[in-house]
Amino acid sequence: MASAGSAESAAGKSAAGESAAGKSAAGESAAGKGVGAAVGKREGGASAAGAFEPRVVAFACNWCSYPAADAAGINKMQYPPNARIIRVMCAGRIHPAFVLKALELGADGVLVSGCHFADCHYLFGAKRASEQFEKTAKLVHLLGLEPERVRFEMISAAEAPKFVRVMHEFVDDLRKLGPTPLDGAEQGELEVPGAVGDEHT
Amino acid sequence: MATSELDLLKELGDAIRESRARFCYECGKCTGVCPVARYDNGFSPRSLLVRAVRGEGERLVDDVNVWSCLTCKLCDTRCPAGIDYGILTKAVRAVVRREGGEGTCTHGGAVQSLTKIMTARKLKQDRLEWVDGSMKTKKSGDTVFFVGCAPYFEVLFEETGASPLDAARGAVRLLNAAGVTPVLLPNERCCGHDLLWNGDVENFRMLARQNLAMLEESGAKRVIVACPEGYATLRNDYPAHFGELPFEVIHLTEFLAEAIEGGELEFGGAAEETVVTYQDPCRLGRHMGIYDAPRRVIEALPGVTLVEMPRSRERGICCGVGGFQNCTSFSKMIQAARLREAKATGADALVTACPKCEIHLGCALSDPALSDELGLRIVDVAVLAASRLA
Repeated sequence: MASAGSAESAAGKSAAGESAAGKSAAGESAAGKGVGAAVGKREGGASAAGAFEPRVVAFACNWCSYPAADAAGINKMQYPPNARIIRVMCAGRIHPAFVLKALELGADGVLVSGCHFADCHYLFGAKRASEQFEKTAKLVHLLGLEPERVRFEMISAAEAPKFVRVMHEFVDDLRKLGPTPLDGAEQGELEVPGAVGDEHT
Repeated sequence: MATSELDLLKELGDAIRESRARFCYECGKCTGVCPVARYDNGFSPRSLLVRAVRGEGERLVDDVNVWSCLTCKLCDTRCPAGIDYGILTKAVRAVVRREGGEGTCTHGGAVQSLTKIMTARKLKQDRLEWVDGSMKTKKSGDTVFFVGCAPYFEVLFEETGASPLDAARGAVRLLNAAGVTPVLLPNERCCGHDLLWNGDVENFRMLARQNLAMLEESGAKRVIVACPEGYATLRNDYPAHFGELPFEVIHLTEFLAEAIEGGELEFGGAAEETVVTYQDPCRLGRHMGIYDAPRRVIEALPGVTLVEMPRSRERGICCGVGGFQNCTSFSKMIQAARLREAKATGADALVTACPKCEIHLGCALSDPALSDELGLRIVDVAVLAASRLA
């Protein structure tokens, strides 16, 4: 995480301290090149002596889930600071491409959170979001990633406690899974030993 | 780090030599025949070539036209100087990408992300669930069927009506019927075609190395590929980058045509009569020179009559998008014109041998106005052939 310390103090709690499982991130390559600000760099845990801190990208809709996260903050509810929240107008806009991009860049988990079906500001958006996510989940399955790495939730603006619970659950799940196998996918550093033609490289 | 114009020129030097670009005498036939230039006044293959040769590398970085080319090689068939535009485009894009230039990815970049994710060594895909009990496959052996990206395309492009997995199933059934039990690689990577043609040579090589390692491990003597892009990449680009391959690469239709003519594959049953026309995929046709094999397969099918479009074989028109980037209104115009041309032959269905033709033309056809007007089906050659198995 790029700024584990400050993010933790912002949420008022050391998420690293409660890490039970999780593989050491120290020695893992930093998912540096081309990584968007949302995914950040894994720098081996400055505050947590090598404990694995999942990096989460959370897409939250402008009308429900983002206000829920906001309300959680205003009420000083505690939740793990591992997520970079990206506010979008509608979770229905979250094409599988966005989730895949986050995974490609080294996110350990991606949360897509929108409105309940009946609550959608655009009426059709929540339905669209769940359809899009169905595709995303299928692609993640094909890639052989654990299904728990991507999560779809419906959180209304009044459900700050639910947002907090989801964050806890998601980060705990990811801690159990360990770091993404895709860390560094784009870095050009992966070599296949004994592959044909390596000598031509 | 930005390189100087001189460096760019130097890097392009080999490609310019190899493509014979200096022989260009600016007749403009390439632009005249180009399916993109027909609709897009701003695009001119000739002008791009001339600028590349002049070493205007830095100015090409911001030029969207670098990415407009479909790399369909139609211009190559007309060039009186025998220039290989594909070689030049590939090299220009690699240089421009390194300088920060990029095409606009279609579908939000989903395909590009998938292919880059597949470079990860630790990835253990779960991509063979489409194989059911009716198909015979094995874990190691002489013949590998290289499936390609079909499982992913099946999910991403559901709305286009394309079913690349049906084509893969059809291919395995046809191979079985011809007495071949193919090996399917459980962790096969994308062949890297799109990355290579969009200038990302580094990631292409990572994918290629992993595929080559897996193919070698499988003990393959022969690799059958159904996707023309995969076929062209395995057959041309892998050896170009990694030396001679320890196995033979053939296209599914080549295998089928030989099996039919050798009496190993028979069709039968009382099938409904249908008239079809064939869309030559640019990779299979102009890139690899395979025009007859798919036609031999189609003509051998009972109840199927093949009629030709005016622009077929080496004159065939591309499906309008190359490498899942720069899909524009011009692409849609190319596709609509191609579909109308197919319909005008009197065919009920457009048969193609490429999943991307099926996806892109299927996408154009998902415009209700066009599909109502034409009432045309798009079907993969393997699906059509498998449906006529005895």
